[in-house]
Amino acid sequence: MKTGFSVFLVACVALGASWLGLVYGPLKQLGGAKETTVLQSGEKWPMQRTGEATLGLQVYRANGCAACHTEQIRQTGAANVLTVTETGSHKAADLKDFVASLLGTVPELMNFSNAITGKLAGWNGELPKVIYSGADDTVVSMLGDKFKAVGVKTEARVVATGADIARMGWGTRQSVAADYLYDSPVQLGGLRAGPDLANIGVRAPDINWQLQHLYAPRSLVKNSTMPAFRYLFVVQKKVGGKDSAAALVLPKEFAPANGFEVVPTDEARQLAAYLVSLKNNAPLYEAPFTPITAAK
Amino acid sequence: MNSAENTSVCTGEIDASCRVPLLALFGGAALWLVLGLALGIVAMLSFHQPDMFADCSFLTYGHAQAAANDLLLYGFTIPAALGVMLWIFARLSQAPLALPIVPVVAAHLWHAGVLVGTISILLGFSTGHPWLEYPRGAAVLLFAGFMLVAVSAVATMGFRLNRELYPSHWFLFAALLWFVWSYGTANLFLVCNHPPRGVVPAVIGWWSANNLIFVWLALAGVGIAFYFLPKIAGKPLASSGYTLFGFLTLIFFGTWVGIPQGAPVPAWLSTVSAFGALLSVMPVLALGIIARKTVWGAKVPCFGGPFCFIRFGMLSFVAANLLYLAEFCPRYSRVLEFTWFSVGVTQWQLLGFAGMIFCGAIYEILPRVMAKELPFPKLAKLNFFLFAGGTLLFVIPLLIGGVEQGMKLRDANIPFADASAVALKFLRISTTGQLLVLLGSLCLLLNILVMTIQWKLGLVKTVIAFIKSPLKTSEVKS
Repeated sequence: MKTGFSVFLVACVALGASWLGLVYGPLKQLGGAKETTVLQSGEKWPMQRTGEATLGLQVYRANGCAACHTEQIRQTGAANVLTVTETGSHKAADLKDFVASLLGTVPELMNFSNAITGKLAGWNGELPKVIYSGADDTVVSMLGDKFKAVGVKTEARVVATGADIARMGWGTRQSVAADYLYDSPVQLGGLRAGPDLANIGVRAPDINWQLQHLYAPRSLVKNSTMPAFRYLFVVQKKVGGKDSAAALVLPKEFAPANGFEVVPTDEARQLAAYLVSLKNNAPLYEAPFTPITAAK
Repeated sequence: MNSAENTSVCTGEIDASCRVPLLALFGGAALWLVLGLALGIVAMLSFHQPDMFADCSFLTYGHAQAAANDLLLYGFTIPAALGVMLWIFARLSQAPLALPIVPVVAAHLWHAGVLVGTISILLGFSTGHPWLEYPRGAAVLLFAGFMLVAVSAVATMGFRLNRELYPSHWFLFAALLWFVWSYGTANLFLVCNHPPRGVVPAVIGWWSANNLIFVWLALAGVGIAFYFLPKIAGKPLASSGYTLFGFLTLIFFGTWVGIPQGAPVPAWLSTVSAFGALLSVMPVLALGIIARKTVWGAKVPCFGGPFCFIRFGMLSFVAANLLYLAEFCPRYSRVLEFTWFSVGVTQWQLLGFAGMIFCGAIYEILPRVMAKELPFPKLAKLNFFLFAGGTLLFVIPLLIGGVEQGMKLRDANIPFADASAVALKFLRISTTGQLLVLLGSLCLLLNILVMTIQWKLGLVKTVIAFIKSPLKTSEVKS
């Protein structure tokens, strides 16, 4: 590093290498991505958004929603799950005995005896009941066959695991690059001051709920820390003393003065349409999960 | 004491040549720092009182937070670093600043860019890419401004009397290249008419943000610290060889960090980043150890002078960057991702490391460049304690709160609202810290502002005196 030129050269090589790796590489790999298909159904994914929802992405960007909300579900692994759906003529206690005898005699199942008896420990017969959840799929098929032989119906499924997925309604699988094909600019977010929105369209599919939540978050979610976005709404005088069709139906303490109504602006409607379009419920090749593989 | 510098050369002329460009860069930087911190506090108010800006779209959290972050990065740290760099290049070259008018123009372009960018974000015209929110118009101004400063800096470096390069040269010269390349790439790909599809812009954004916040700040901050620490401590830089090792590992490994571990991108990208982060621990530790060894045993009293600033900055460099790198370890990332932790780390890098070092350097340089003492030396000392205490009070609650939030997020049985509520009490403490940092930045602004006014008044007085002065007898024709 004796001359300015050598510093320049070394710096160029260092930065150029990472540029090739982290800019050019992904561009080559993903830059030409096309829509993919949903497993087992053959539908196109991601779904094309409506015009309103496409504009809504720009409202989302303009208001910096991604400062507090992520749009990405993480997954730690996947599990084979065996669920009893119908017990036929058997009672819970009978089934427990039956399982105990299986675990004692079938050598392949012996290793899993603790896991399975643990699942059945406090069971009183409510259905559906998860009997096994873990990495091994031979247990699932073997137990399923044994149950079928005595007239008990089961379902075998592959499910994604992880805290994000275990939270009700947050998503069914990890987010993958294919999910964002139509997002420009992509709004992944980096902080969960508010909940993840990757699946909000499944969790809260009602546009009116979304609009009310934008106008007065605490009218729907107590203790919410989300700022209200009243500036996306217009408070106007009721015409002829009647609510117009677009007016929000608000609880009393959030409603405007008598004779006035709250009407969403175009921006608010677009934003709500965008939120409702966010879904994470389709199994893909790179992020599979099974609705139901084998019912026995 | 740098071997490249010969004290016999008259430094007065060099300092005077830097006067106008540095005032332009520092003055704007200090102003943006105050505004950025104030806007950051305004943004945090939304967490204390969520309906506060419900009717005011400019100051809603998503706007104010992005604008505040960008003001700190683009408004304060980069122009402050550029100013210090120009002066260091001139001093190391033992030559006056080359093309001194160019950085003055550049500073105005840059500050205009920051102004346009900030207003655009507040009005909702942000690009939507974290740390690269400034829209095209602002980005072009910033880019042009930076290029002009770089021209002047490289020209000054080219005129150096002693051809041998000092380690600071490597760092600062690389920093010039770094910004142009990473900011240029990001804007070419993200703000063009046909950005790439899907997640690719996000990957480019992460790459660029990492190169700005981790690599660029490290290059500029460490380069500047390695110039001042030996001077103040009165000892040579601990070891040139290890410095070269730190420099090379930083630029070869640090550039690969940045892709979050849980990101919805092909797994090799995150894995490469995790590996890059692991290797980047080397330069962070190496550069920290070199700084430590350089000042070891130096008897410099520390009552809030530039030395304290730079020493605190180097400590923050090691601490904040190790935490930053830890975020890319898959094991920790599962807890830390999507929490306030990363917010805290970035603010520590920006304020505790870069901000501290640049502030210290400004306080060291200003009296020399202006050829007069600081107007409020006590405020400068107060600035150190406000910055140091404020930054820690700002950042540490965010770190602890982030870890706690992350633990709760990992447990699906804990409702989400509880996980995010846990952070609230930490946010309250952290806003107090932010307030202290804001007060500190006011000290900086006041010092620079009063100095600028004094200097301008001095200019006016000189002109008036020149006009009023009677003709010298020698010039009167007899």
